[in-house]
Amino acid sequence: MKRFFYYVICFVWMFLLVASMAGAATKEVVIVTSFPKELFETYKKAFEARYPGVTVVVKQKQTTEGVTYIRETASKPEADIMWASAVDAFQVLKAEKLLAHYSLSKEISSKIPARVGTYPIHDPDGFFFGFALSGYGMMWNKPYLQAHKLKPPAEWTDLIDPSYYGHLAISAPSRSGTTHLTVEAILQAYGWEKGWALLLNMGGNMAVVTERSFGVPEGVNNGQYGIGIVIDFFGLSAISSGFPVDFAYPSMTPIVPANVGIVKGGPNSENAKRFVNYLLSEEGQVLLFKPDIGRLPVIPELYARAPSGYPNPFKMKLGVLDFNSELSSVRYGLLNSLFDQIVTFRLGELKEAWGAIYKAEKAIEEAKKKKKDVTKAAALIAEARSLATRVPVPESKANNKDFNKAFKGKEKTEARAKLETEWDAAAKANYSKAKELALKAMEMI
Amino acid sequence: MLRNKLKEIDLSQSLIFLILLALLFTFILYPLIRVLYVAFTEADSLSLSHFINFFERALFKESFLNSLSAGLMAVIFGSLISLPLAFFTIKYDFKGRTLIQTLGILPLVMPPFVGAVALQLILGRSGVFNLLLLKWFGTSVPFMEGLRGVIIVQTLHYFPFIFLNASASLANVDPSLEEMAQNMGSHGLRLFRRVTLPLMMPGYVAGILLVFIRVIDDLGTPLMLNYTKMLAPQAYLRVTTIGVEDKAGYVICVIMVVLSLLSLWGAMKFLSLSEYAMVQRGGAGTPISKKIGGWRLVFVLVFCFFVLGVSLLPHLGIFVLSFAKVWSFSILPKSYTLNHYVEIFFRTPHFVKNTLLYCLLAAGIDVLLGSVIAFLLIRGKVFGKGLLDAIATMPLAIPGVVLATGYLRVFHGTNLPFFHQPLTSLWIILVIAYSARRLPYTLRSCYASIQQIHISLEEAALNLGANRRKTFFRITFPLMTGGLIAGGLLAFITSSVELASTIMLVPRMEYGPLSYGIYIYMQSAVGRGPGAALGVVAILLVATGTYLVNRVFAGGSGTAFKL
Repeated sequence: MKRFFYYVICFVWMFLLVASMAGAATKEVVIVTSFPKELFETYKKAFEARYPGVTVVVKQKQTTEGVTYIRETASKPEADIMWASAVDAFQVLKAEKLLAHYSLSKEISSKIPARVGTYPIHDPDGFFFGFALSGYGMMWNKPYLQAHKLKPPAEWTDLIDPSYYGHLAISAPSRSGTTHLTVEAILQAYGWEKGWALLLNMGGNMAVVTERSFGVPEGVNNGQYGIGIVIDFFGLSAISSGFPVDFAYPSMTPIVPANVGIVKGGPNSENAKRFVNYLLSEEGQVLLFKPDIGRLPVIPELYARAPSGYPNPFKMKLGVLDFNSELSSVRYGLLNSLFDQIVTFRLGELKEAWGAIYKAEKAIEEAKKKKKDVTKAAALIAEARSLATRVPVPESKANNKDFNKAFKGKEKTEARAKLETEWDAAAKANYSKAKELALKAMEMI
Repeated sequence: MLRNKLKEIDLSQSLIFLILLALLFTFILYPLIRVLYVAFTEADSLSLSHFINFFERALFKESFLNSLSAGLMAVIFGSLISLPLAFFTIKYDFKGRTLIQTLGILPLVMPPFVGAVALQLILGRSGVFNLLLLKWFGTSVPFMEGLRGVIIVQTLHYFPFIFLNASASLANVDPSLEEMAQNMGSHGLRLFRRVTLPLMMPGYVAGILLVFIRVIDDLGTPLMLNYTKMLAPQAYLRVTTIGVEDKAGYVICVIMVVLSLLSLWGAMKFLSLSEYAMVQRGGAGTPISKKIGGWRLVFVLVFCFFVLGVSLLPHLGIFVLSFAKVWSFSILPKSYTLNHYVEIFFRTPHFVKNTLLYCLLAAGIDVLLGSVIAFLLIRGKVFGKGLLDAIATMPLAIPGVVLATGYLRVFHGTNLPFFHQPLTSLWIILVIAYSARRLPYTLRSCYASIQQIHISLEEAALNLGANRRKTFFRITFPLMTGGLIAGGLLAFITSSVELASTIMLVPRMEYGPLSYGIYIYMQSAVGRGPGAALGVVAILLVATGTYLVNRVFAGGSGTAFKL
């Protein structure tokens, strides 16, 4: 009896082994996406119901990871579709000739306008297509702000207010395509030097720079952080899921499309085309309104069917930001690396510097009220501020194509490592000097 | 001489030996060699330049120091928790001490990254504890910020390794030695410091080093806590965002391997020392445990239950979260639901299913390989057994990130025959990774159980006319079942919560196991509940497994291990 039992175990086990080997591929379409489960599960089900016999295979990767994956499998592509928010990731793929050209049918393209604001919805050369629109903004936890007696922010520039010290959250642009776009948008809106000053000052207020882009909305949803810099659907879907949060677009925000593109030489190109068509059809677009997805379709007439209170990007009066995606794609890798070196990995030092600066400034304010002479201390603080907002790369270099080569090819790792070390050292020195100056200013009062 | 030696070599055994060697080489040694190769070469010639670069970069240097200090702190705090616990439960006799011993293992049944999420809810910035502090005192304590959070989670998760090892060696200390010391007038702290502590040292040190290895290896906790300035997350980030061509990732891998190798070597050294401590002991007497009462008892009980209470907080947190509808900036959830369980069992059952499938397969492979290797090592007549042993034990010192990196490096580009895909896009890669990572555990338990079987039993079978194979399957194999099942279960439970190699190797969403599911679910607003529900499933799975292992071992000492 006992022996029989062992035989059964062995048999079942062998069966599992054999069954696993035999799980051969049927008709598939392989999708690399950075989207959350709710979104791709919805489309997977809908598409599989529409085309029986085709299996949608999802490989969830962060956007930058997805780009790396497609690049590394380029000699023999495993994926058919790249499906992600960040338009610059698609620019990179297109520039490296990893995407296939495709022309949309008249029936589909006629319903979608060429531009939203000044931004083209589809790639003009036909390598990738916008399927949903996204704006970037801020979401906040209402009870959290109440408890800490904070006002909800309205503009990017509000976020550098000392009252928000330690309450903000952002994800690292190197890990999140959407944050990358936000950072790029801020830099384009305010200019390189001023934009970085803003970002570094915001960085000083950050409680955290998360590794996953969802880390931010998650932290805001459960009240870890007060305010998060996120893409709109994170806010919209959290609101509709019942979390006590709110979301707002600042006036300087780009409305940009989230995209889909066909991978060049993918194993199932016919199904890939079908998927793109489905995504852009009315049937596919309406799915975006589902509360746990909460995205904005690219077909304007569909907004008549939207739930009440739904934002309509085609009617929104948003900033005049003319997003330059070419510039963005030139400095894509550099920006990721630079942000990591001077913010993500140096967050502790940056926070300490700004904490000291705020404290000193408060002391100066109070000393001023008592009519004390604070000019020297104020001068020190001004210097500290300039150090803590300094970006170690001039714009001319950052926008230079040759300079950016270190962040593109595989062979340039030496050059890249050298630059990264340099930036890291500069950031560390600047922030600790800034802190030192602020402490000195404190002492003088 | 040589001819005699050759005569002792068995041909069919040698064949099996070669096959095993090939397998182990392909899936353990070769990937590691490739990692080493990349790290140590510059344009195909030997070079240390990548290492020099590594230590010149402040970020990496700090990651290195952070990993070291996290390991060190986890060891120190873990000892502060475990040593008194072990001492109290072994040396003192009071009601509830078995309960404490059982509860002391429970932290191990939770995957550390799940513990990280749960502790955020309790000790985090807006966790229960800080909200209460804010309400009552208007302040909060940043427990979970940065490295501190990582250390807290890892201490609470890994201290049982020290606790278990220290208790075991404390229980093994020959009571007659202590009695002798007492007769000579040594008491209390002096007795403990001069006699008991040195005797229990080897087990304790082994426990410490195990904790250290785990902390270096742990990728999930820092990722979940958004703290990336450590070795494992840096390696992961380099390899996944910059690509398998990035040298820095490999250098970090090598450094991690070196650190774990050193600790492992130390642990083994100390464990072998522990044997002499126990030589004296021939089942003579059970350890002396003193009956205690009064204020001492109160102190001991308060200490034990406070420590265990804190270490079981994460379990409570994840349990509540799995039923919570919306839990945001409030001490307890506002409303409850069962939907998360419906989601994971009915809408996306594949996470649980995959885990069962992969881990059963991995456990099976490990048991098979483990028992055959152990048999060869003990009874086998082949040349070069030591090599087999060395490679099979190696995974103990290969962190998950490193193994995964090696696999990506080796198997990524080449298509398998018949499958027309590389191995890294088949889910079997996960099974292979799990099998490789857990082989040392099963091997050890198989080894132990074969050692218990007296060779005369096999000789008797051979004398009665059975051939080698028949003897193995009819005599040896059934006798070692207890050890096999225990080893298999161990492999099963530890692989079911493996995250580090999983997130790097999962070829596609549908192939993801439970640990990956938790990771994915935790990325969306509505996913926290189902993620937590999966976490509860993981805890239950591991808890059941642990319980069964203990049962098998306990029953085993009566049946399977007797001789």
